[in-house]
Amino acid sequence: MFTDGFIQVGLYMLVLLLLTKPTGQLIYKVMETRCLQDHAWLGAPERLIYRLSGVDPKSEMGWKSYAVALLLFNVIGVFFVFMLQLWQAWLPLNPEQLASATWDSAFNTAVSFVTNTNWQGYGGETTMSYFTQMTGLAVQNFVSAATGIAVVIALIRGFARSNTDRIGNFWVDLTRCTLYLLVPISLVLATIFMQQGVIQNFSPYVDARTVESTQYEVAVEGSDTPEQATTQTQHIAMGPVASQEAIKMLGTNGGGFFNVNSAHPFENPTPLTNFIQMLAIFLIPAGLCYAFGMMVGDRRQGWAIFAAMAILFVVMAGVTIRSELIGNPLLASAGAETASSLEQAGGNMEGKETRFGVVTSALFATITTAASCGAVNAMHDSFTPIGGMIPMWLMQLGEVVFGGVGSGLYTMLTYAVIAVFVAGLMIGRTPEYQGKKIEVFEMKMSALIILVTPLLVLLGTAISLIVQPGLAGIANPGAHGLSEILYAYSSAANNNGSAFAGLSANTPFYNLMLATAMWFGRFGIIVPVLAIAGSLAAKKRIAPGLGTLPTHGPLFIGLLIGAVILVGALTYIPALALGPGIEHLMLFSQQH
Amino acid sequence: MSNIVRTSLVMFLGLTIVTGVAYPIVVTGIGQTLFPEQVNGSLIKKDGKVMGSALIGQHFSDAKYFWGRPSATSPYPNNPAASSGSNLGPLNPALSEAVNARVKAQQTAADTRNPVPVDLVTTSGSGLDPEISPAAALYQVDRVAKARHLDSEVVKALVTKHVVGRQWGILGEQRVNVLQLNLALDEMSHT
Repeated sequence: MFTDGFIQVGLYMLVLLLLTKPTGQLIYKVMETRCLQDHAWLGAPERLIYRLSGVDPKSEMGWKSYAVALLLFNVIGVFFVFMLQLWQAWLPLNPEQLASATWDSAFNTAVSFVTNTNWQGYGGETTMSYFTQMTGLAVQNFVSAATGIAVVIALIRGFARSNTDRIGNFWVDLTRCTLYLLVPISLVLATIFMQQGVIQNFSPYVDARTVESTQYEVAVEGSDTPEQATTQTQHIAMGPVASQEAIKMLGTNGGGFFNVNSAHPFENPTPLTNFIQMLAIFLIPAGLCYAFGMMVGDRRQGWAIFAAMAILFVVMAGVTIRSELIGNPLLASAGAETASSLEQAGGNMEGKETRFGVVTSALFATITTAASCGAVNAMHDSFTPIGGMIPMWLMQLGEVVFGGVGSGLYTMLTYAVIAVFVAGLMIGRTPEYQGKKIEVFEMKMSALIILVTPLLVLLGTAISLIVQPGLAGIANPGAHGLSEILYAYSSAANNNGSAFAGLSANTPFYNLMLATAMWFGRFGIIVPVLAIAGSLAAKKRIAPGLGTLPTHGPLFIGLLIGAVILVGALTYIPALALGPGIEHLMLFSQQH
Repeated sequence: MSNIVRTSLVMFLGLTIVTGVAYPIVVTGIGQTLFPEQVNGSLIKKDGKVMGSALIGQHFSDAKYFWGRPSATSPYPNNPAASSGSNLGPLNPALSEAVNARVKAQQTAADTRNPVPVDLVTTSGSGLDPEISPAAALYQVDRVAKARHLDSEVVKALVTKHVVGRQWGILGEQRVNVLQLNLALDEMSHT
């Protein structure tokens, strides 16, 4: 029963491992060398962008200028995506004549896509025109990913450089990452997706005459008895999906073209597209670990971080898959056959697709929440209590298990700083990491980084649980209702974007609350990370001494995992006990 | 200061043109040239009329057709203009009730008390799942055969023919495309 779980996780990790080094080398080449920029025609678009925008690629910035440029660029992004949605009805490429969004929904969506969260209070095919998806949302998929990568590269430069106040040029990092990393890989991914059946067109929705007619009930206003209706038409949604799908996964964005995201057969038609989508999520985060090793001049340092992430990931995936395979005992007592056999996968199939079954659905859920992706190929709201808790906890850990592009590694490096600090306290030495002394300023900023998201998550959940507009959104009764709200804030503040989607979050209350969580969960971390980068870059690099803790061995890997788990457990176990914990006990005590 | 605002704006517009205009147009060009069937929705046509898509499940309730995954879309099941899952939590009484009702319906139609394969009584993630497990198809063979006055073995052979294995022998799960199976059934009954 569990053999398939081992096979799928094993295969996935093997392929990821094989891709890590080449991806890391590519990232290093793009971000830290000039070989592409100086190329006669490959470098032409980059040079043109610099010329038009008046950027001198040779002039580097201190951390404050870097942060200002980054924030300004992202504020412009919010404004642009917001206006696109408000004017949607008058803009082109809107064959379904979809109306403009409400201001609160438009604001939430704008912040959501700019912060690499891709939380979606709306359903894509019923809300967004092709124009909005393509020139608004997909553009942010690229540039928010590039922003994350730029920040982590700047942080690594802080470790690698010494006695300087410069950490790079934001415009150069942003442009190179987009042009040479994200666009080319997306082109390859999109082509494979299209071959497998992902759609890519600008046609109006297609009407099909179905084999059988369908009878259904329509609620009548002012009457209790619904009206009977019949249809023999399917109005099939279309659109430029493949281009957006590729960057949605590669940039760990996760915002689906359609309401049900990667569960939709037009977004994720086959097991192969599903496997490639899962790989695309971890590709850059894993490659960044290797690039980190290259930049600090010791590849073992990168592999150590990779190992800590991989160990956490495999354990978490195992628990989720096992839980979904065991399934929901209530389905079996209602007369469903849930055991897996040669003819069926079995398990908890509510909210899951047949082509993926429980194993790859649970694996996808673990990957998408370990990273800050948030794409889903099954409905997390219908997962078993433990199967839903692990994705939630992975987000709450700060998405450091590979994590979002850039954001995963910069948060993990913060944990590394905390780990060496704790170790330093134990042996009474000044902590150092990558030859840099960790002092009061770095520790203050690190503490800030690990405190920002719990504050947003727990306060947001608490407020929503005591006010009427918060409680009104709950879809499922009992402990699961608490889980829905806790999941929403965990997802927003950690810039994930997946949801326990039963929660009715497209209300002014949730749109504004979650937008706040997303904004500060993103930039409340990026700014202190850049501050650490600036402070580290200014220090000199010291050679490791007798009292230096080696940061490439099993001891450090264990310490790092310990730091992540400890902080995550202390902060969130009480809340998790009240949601999934209680639900699990209730579910299995009802067994007959 | 005005300098950096101008830089930001031009940067933003430049990258928007590259990633929001040029990139999707290039992808569309590749797709429409190399994979015109797929990128336009894998549509199934008969006499020039669109019957549906191979990737989008349709609703079947007649005894002579195989039934697909239950769908939680509104206002009617398998509505491809508004995909949706049920989002019912595992303990939600509405979930148990719905599954129970679907089990009863399957058992009554098949005239058996055997437990029903789980995918046949739970809603899919998209509400548009085009496929069911081989177990779910086999469960319905006798009912379909009876309604069509066909030999069970003939229908079973057709199901077996429509089983798609794991991709590359390892990825995903085995499955049967319900619409294609039903169209093949109709075809067979005609001849």
